[in-house]
Amino acid sequence: MLDNIQMNILREVAELDALPTGAYNIRANGQGAARNTTANIDIITKQDKPGIDIFIKLGTKNESVHIPVVISETGLKDLVYNDFYIGADCDVTIIAGCGIHNCGNQESRHDGIHTFHLGKNAKVRYIEKHYGTGTEDRGKNVMNPETIVFQEEGSSLLMETTQISGIDDTYRMTSATLAQGAQLTVKEKIMTTGEQTAKTNFVVDLNGADSKVNLQSRSVAKDHSHQYFDSKINGNAPCAGHSECDAIIMDSATVEASPSLTANNIDAALIHEAAIGKSAGEQLIKLMTLGLTEKEAEEQIVNGFLK
Amino acid sequence: MLELQHISFAVDGSKEILRDINLKVEDRFVAITGPNGGGKSTLAKIIAGIFQPTEGRILLDGEDITNLSITQRANKGISYAFQQPVRFKGLRVRDLLALAAGGSTDINQACGYLSEVGLCARDYIDRELNDSLSGGELKRIEIAMTMARNTKLTVFDEPEAGIDLWSFNNLIRVFEKMNEKIHGSIMIISHQERILNIADKIIYLKEGRLAQYGTRQEVLPQLLNTDSTCSVLADKLQ
Repeated sequence: MLDNIQMNILREVAELDALPTGAYNIRANGQGAARNTTANIDIITKQDKPGIDIFIKLGTKNESVHIPVVISETGLKDLVYNDFYIGADCDVTIIAGCGIHNCGNQESRHDGIHTFHLGKNAKVRYIEKHYGTGTEDRGKNVMNPETIVFQEEGSSLLMETTQISGIDDTYRMTSATLAQGAQLTVKEKIMTTGEQTAKTNFVVDLNGADSKVNLQSRSVAKDHSHQYFDSKINGNAPCAGHSECDAIIMDSATVEASPSLTANNIDAALIHEAAIGKSAGEQLIKLMTLGLTEKEAEEQIVNGFLK
Repeated sequence: MLELQHISFAVDGSKEILRDINLKVEDRFVAITGPNGGGKSTLAKIIAGIFQPTEGRILLDGEDITNLSITQRANKGISYAFQQPVRFKGLRVRDLLALAAGGSTDINQACGYLSEVGLCARDYIDRELNDSLSGGELKRIEIAMTMARNTKLTVFDEPEAGIDLWSFNNLIRVFEKMNEKIHGSIMIISHQERILNIADKIIYLKEGRLAQYGTRQEVLPQLLNTDSTCSVLADKLQ
């Protein structure tokens, strides 16, 4: 089964010390490593391409699915398609996450393409955490996650996605199509250091009346890293869209934000807020008057911001 | 005890904000008052270490702290409550109270500090210090933080600014209570007669100079009798 390095990664990305309860599928170095299904949740290996289909029966409540991916082999390029079919009236939690441990000099890469089909009034909390580690002179850790969401009437999805350390290059794409009364909330947290780059792209089509999206991105860019935030919300019906990009830049880092809003309906209410800047001097001074050093104050500000 | 010796502060090498301030703070409750632009906030920031004086020395219990950083002064026992409290995205009231208390504070203590400033802990302890809090709420949390620090010298910069009348009455009670309990000194910048009325001593700063420094009984009557006519207007009328 999983070795110690893989178990450590599993702990980082899925907060698991042992096999989880409920349904799960653990993928290690491009292969299925463990799987469990339940009476309500079935997991089937795809025949035409790498990946799995996850079927959650209608009305399933308070169940969870873990689908972590661990990569500990340098130079591995892993591409996986995971499709979720969530029945009407479900209330479930899905925990994904990918960790790379790279001890070699070659690029390790995971491209996970996740498609969610939410049935009527289904409620899903989706947690995704990306993490990389390895030796100092290692090859690059690359992750390009793509999330495609289709939400039927009255469904709601809360997506919490986090990338705090060790991923050198990432391009994160999320697209969503919302029917009447559907709600989508995305909370993204990213920190880049060194020479890392992170590009994040959202496209949301609000097609149904009273559909609602709230995109919140908080990021910290340190050293020479670069981040690019791109969001596009299309209001095609009476709907509400809000996106918010907050970034702290430090050292010689750079951040670009390119939000776009398109209202194709007179009753589409769309808002974007973007704020990029260094952590405010006043915040540092306040914490220093409480006895913290400048470095400690900066850590508190950054940790709080990304908490 | 805090002692300021010949403190001057100039910006851009010429514009003098403070000039040759000499004073000793030995009492429990000292109010700093005076017209806008008189140098009150600058003086508070010089005491906290946020500004470095261009001339003079600052002594705390006889030790020269003039060249100490903000952090070092904080650790020597100086607290400073901002006139405009700072907002933090992500940091909660309990986080700030814990940092103020030196790393950790238990929930009962945190509740105690918040209750003292008239906030129900249950409603506030997990709130972020972000834009969702009003200016008055932030002011009270700022005061609660100084209580959690419990240092020998606390400098408040206009704690009443931005606080509504109802809250102001409570604020006065907070300071009266602090005055009874405190083991060190409180310096409080204020324009409010009710705060000046509970001060042991009053510092009157005007145009960067220490115009008066004495007991409340000595200074207050003179301040209240000051001719408040606008001099520009008076000149025109003549």
